[in-house]
Amino acid sequence: MTTAAPASPADTTTPRTAVRGPLRHLLRTASWTAGAWLAGLVFFFPVLWMVLTAFKQESDAYTTTPHIVFSPTLSQFKAVFDSGIGPYLANSALATVLSTILVLALGIPAAYALSIRSVRKWRDALFFFISTKMLPVVAAIIPIYLAVRDLGALDNVGTLIVLYTAMNLPIAVWMLRSFFLEVPREVLEAARVDGVTLRQEITRIMLPIVAPGIAATALICVIFSWNEFFFALNLTSVRAATMPVFLVGFMTSEGLYWAKLAAAATLACLPVLLAGWIAQKQLVRGLSMGAVK
Amino acid sequence: MAEVRYEQASRIYPGTPPVMAVDRLDLAIADGEFLVLVGPSGSGKTTALRMLAGLEEIDSGRISIGDRDVTHAPPKERDIAMVFQSYALYPHMTVAQNMGFALNLRGVSKETIAEKVTEAARLLDLDKYLDRKPKALSGGQRQRVAMGRAIVREPSVFLMDEPLSNLDAKLRVETRANIAALQARLGTTTVYVTHDQVEAMTMGHRVAVLKDGVLQQCDTPRTLYERPANAFVAGFIGSPAMNLHTVPVSENGAQLGELTLPLPRATTANLTEVTLGIRPETLRLVGPEEAGFKLAVELVEELGADAYLHGRAHLGDSDQRFVLRVDGRTPPTIGQTVNAGLRDTGEIHLFHPGTGERLD
Repeated sequence: MTTAAPASPADTTTPRTAVRGPLRHLLRTASWTAGAWLAGLVFFFPVLWMVLTAFKQESDAYTTTPHIVFSPTLSQFKAVFDSGIGPYLANSALATVLSTILVLALGIPAAYALSIRSVRKWRDALFFFISTKMLPVVAAIIPIYLAVRDLGALDNVGTLIVLYTAMNLPIAVWMLRSFFLEVPREVLEAARVDGVTLRQEITRIMLPIVAPGIAATALICVIFSWNEFFFALNLTSVRAATMPVFLVGFMTSEGLYWAKLAAAATLACLPVLLAGWIAQKQLVRGLSMGAVK
Repeated sequence: MAEVRYEQASRIYPGTPPVMAVDRLDLAIADGEFLVLVGPSGSGKTTALRMLAGLEEIDSGRISIGDRDVTHAPPKERDIAMVFQSYALYPHMTVAQNMGFALNLRGVSKETIAEKVTEAARLLDLDKYLDRKPKALSGGQRQRVAMGRAIVREPSVFLMDEPLSNLDAKLRVETRANIAALQARLGTTTVYVTHDQVEAMTMGHRVAVLKDGVLQQCDTPRTLYERPANAFVAGFIGSPAMNLHTVPVSENGAQLGELTLPLPRATTANLTEVTLGIRPETLRLVGPEEAGFKLAVELVEELGADAYLHGRAHLGDSDQRFVLRVDGRTPPTIGQTVNAGLRDTGEIHLFHPGTGERLD
């Protein structure tokens, strides 16, 4: 109990704002909601159009006043499968999965060394990583092409795996580092007092805690690798060509096959959607889950 | 179980200029002792604890646990267990896994781990929560899990870094008593860091007071209270804080307003001023006819049995603030002017006005 000199009279809230407040709040919320839906539709519409077109006949796909109502068909999907999508899917899957695994295997120790037990000059190292992304890929394609050709590694999935790993590693290190920094320092210290080795500290404490962050990083790597077009187009021809190269095959000199292209593109989206759906389970899990406080 | 010894142990944080976080600390902690490191923010108490844990480098000097020099040993080779301020539980493990983790790492059999965890859980009233994850626990329960994790290890030394600071006031008092009782029962050497001097006084067998990385005094709570080594310790230990005022010294003694306090001549020789330390309970309200000094009442804190009176006295040519403990039933009111006198001149502490060292 404290008796002190009487405080200044409590500030009075006028009843006027109390009446108008909720209405204004409602209007504001509603307009934000409407804006969000509008933005969402703008982004979603092309995807919807692609999926719709995939179920059209080639003739329906070409009409200048687009047909919203049409008799759906699976024939385009059949045509896509008949034109030999298999090897392309396999190449894409191989390049994506292996490069992502490599990125995580190299990126996790690197990010650890740049966050938890900072090496000297860690700022320079971080800048070096990101600086490699500053040069446009086009600028590097000729030396890369020549090097790959001289190594006899043209049209080889292994080449793509190496390139995709190099391409995604800087972003992965940056992302992983920021997730690692979120791990409460004291939790790692507690583990050290409990007697972990460096390896156990990473595998038994760090990685389970940052699993959502690793899932997010892996997802980004999967998306980038799966959709990569430029290297795949320039460095592969038949044996190692990937899905994006396959898609371009439907733009022929005789004309575009809109419906087939849409069907192939829809199929190409599915693995990424699947990866996103798997990663989501990890992503929604809270990051630190009550470790401290 | 072991004794702990800091010998001239220092920790320097690099920078310009470098900071002596802990400055040549000498401290011997007996086997089974409960030692509290206390001090304000930035006093180096947590750094000193982390040096003992092996989480902070030791730049010079040495630290030993038992007979073993651990100055450069990693944490896991020190046979210690630590309770962190934030508890630092492993969020992805259940309570049982959290508590058994250290034993698990050492390759202890599953049955033994389960047995020890169950035993510790019963001791801490956690048996019902063994399968829960930390996020499903309250703050007090998390704190107990952190304690449990330390107990299960049966280490030579417990290290505790402000383990109660995230609990609410009531739970803190309860847990304070529980930790002290637990330590007495287990008899494990404990080093406990806190900034709360009440915790320090109530829990520690001995209390080490730090300021700016330098050990000020290490003694039993009673000695710290009755014979503080310097003005800093005097002001830090005790709540409300001791009244510390520098006053002129005359032929007859120190001059506190109208009050003349006789001083032993030997202690104040060659000094024109002296710092007086007067605890709030050493002061009392006196009638106008008795010797005292005038105090304008600015604030009255009523605590039930007692009340603390904060007032301003005009001494010499400046205003000085004083705190008095008065009877809680009839406290003066704000704005009143009262006459303050002393209960016993023998309870006054004298410090050097420059160095702050105790003068007797």
